[in-house]
Amino acid sequence: MKLKKYYPIVLLAGVLVLIQLLTLITGTAYYLTQLTMAAYYVVVALGLSMVMGYAGQISLGQAGFFAIGGYTTAVLTTFDLTDKISRPFFAFLDKIGLLVHKVTLYGDSIVHLSPWISFILALVLAGVVAYSIGVPVLRLKGHYLGMATMGFGIIIYRIVLGTHIFGEADGISNVPAFPILPGITIGGDFSIRIINYYTAWFFVILAMVLLLNLINSRTGRALRSLHGGEDAADAMGVNTAQYKVKVFVIGAVFAAAAGVFITHYNGGIGPSESSVAKSVRYVAIVAVGGMANLWGVLIMGLFLNFLSLRGLFGVYDDAVFGIILVIIMMFFPDGLFQPASLNRIKRILRGK
Amino acid sequence: MTSEQILQYIFSGITVGSIYALVAIGYNIIYNTTGIINLAQGEFVMLGGMIAYSLSQIMSLVPAVVLAVLITGAVGSLIEIVFIRRMKKSSVLGMIVITIGISIIIREIALLIWDEQIRALRFFTGNEISSIDILGARISPQVLWIVGVTALIVMALYLFFRFTLTGQAMRACSSNTRAAKLCGIRTSRMVNLSFMLAAGIGALGGCLVSPLTQTHYSMGSELAIKGFIVAILGGLGNPMAAVAAGLLLGLIESFSISFLPMVYKDVISILILLVILVLKPSGLFGSRQTSSLKDF
Repeated sequence: MKLKKYYPIVLLAGVLVLIQLLTLITGTAYYLTQLTMAAYYVVVALGLSMVMGYAGQISLGQAGFFAIGGYTTAVLTTFDLTDKISRPFFAFLDKIGLLVHKVTLYGDSIVHLSPWISFILALVLAGVVAYSIGVPVLRLKGHYLGMATMGFGIIIYRIVLGTHIFGEADGISNVPAFPILPGITIGGDFSIRIINYYTAWFFVILAMVLLLNLINSRTGRALRSLHGGEDAADAMGVNTAQYKVKVFVIGAVFAAAAGVFITHYNGGIGPSESSVAKSVRYVAIVAVGGMANLWGVLIMGLFLNFLSLRGLFGVYDDAVFGIILVIIMMFFPDGLFQPASLNRIKRILRGK
Repeated sequence: MTSEQILQYIFSGITVGSIYALVAIGYNIIYNTTGIINLAQGEFVMLGGMIAYSLSQIMSLVPAVVLAVLITGAVGSLIEIVFIRRMKKSSVLGMIVITIGISIIIREIALLIWDEQIRALRFFTGNEISSIDILGARISPQVLWIVGVTALIVMALYLFFRFTLTGQAMRACSSNTRAAKLCGIRTSRMVNLSFMLAAGIGALGGCLVSPLTQTHYSMGSELAIKGFIVAILGGLGNPMAAVAAGLLLGLIESFSISFLPMVYKDVISILILLVILVLKPSGLFGSRQTSSLKDF
């Protein structure tokens, strides 16, 4: 049966509905806010899992792509076009409905670009950036690749922090909501909290379906051969360089999409989203999830992000992720969801 | 730009470059014996400055610095025993991840002990306002301390690796671990020693810069990256080339401030890293042939 592989996804959807109903019954609907944000961070982690787990390439700059998405949409949709609307180009955009007219809290009327345009531009930009740095950088291995991608992340962080149009240390606020379809809007308003929760998790499920199909395709097999032994894959005629760049671009586009959605959801973005600490956090989630284990990454991403966003780790937030990295790498290098790791946990619990 | 200004930039470049060089030497020492890039190297600089600061409250400067170097060296050795030794079969990816994890843990512990405040060690001679006039440029006497001690460390290391039995044993480990073991060298002890040495050198660097640049719990990650850039620029595994590369990067950064905003200083050095990684990963002074034999 071909449909069999979608059973876990149906199960996931069921669990998500159950969680929503539970929050409704117990009057804890405020949990949905963190669950929504956690969903978008899970999308970033899923993309990174493809890069690190399946293609075996380390990326310590994933927060950079997230920021490219978030900041692109934030800049484009907060830029007031009122005095430019008479120009032919913008008048044309207005005519085909790609500009949004609205009145601010203070009664000023402003015109800004439709989030759909900024969304597409953000994805294209992230893809182009990923491709152009991926082609030279993915030829590197190990430490060199790690530091090169981390270097990319730091450059993005520094640019964001030092450039006026990106709001410097304050970031960008007052980003408008993103109406995806009639009746579905990504935004922080309390009245649309439930629909936002489902929208976010719809994107997670979409990402899962796409990636699960990719893994079981020719590309997926090529990637696994690449992880197993790059020289052998090369010898068998797999164009390893091309596949590596492809996966890197996919990971970057996923991160950028999540960045766009979360920026509209929160109504803003700050420079800390592009920091190295964030990139390391995504790596930690992928490592705990078991690198090449999309379901493990999904579960751990949801779990850890939710706890972190709820503020459960308090001032130890970064420390928790550091300790997770060390423990996972020392004792469970294949992640928690492997049979060997489960046996190991059992042994430890039995005191042996 | 007047000639005094140029001189001033050169001195500040040499100061920063010396510290980068010390971090890069630490990378190289550990890389040579283990093949690991210890991304927690920057944290040793922070620990050195912080511990010396705390100790200097209760004792005079010299014993405080010496103790800080010894304590940080012990921390380095402890890290090797607790974490690195158990990771023998790990992949490069695992090693990168674990050293990042260790650096986060050290940083967070430092945050708990010394909080977010910026701290500065006393000036070794004189104070904040004392300065020396060299050809019209005015520099702090601390700069002379930094440059002098760095030069001393480099010379001592050269002699150590060249002429002492322990130093030669460490070099043997780096060229062929198995052969070194067969010759009766206790390689695990050499690995431990390399962590101790790298941590101690980092800590001494931390003490030297603390009066000028202050010490903050989060300063380590930036230094770790700059040190890495320098180590690559000089050619990984070559501590002496790291000194030249360190001074070069320090000078580039210090002159870049004169025509670019401060925040873009790091962007330039990282762009240098990316360019060198892609075009000549063996470094400015390394040969392509030897680097192709190494396992990154």
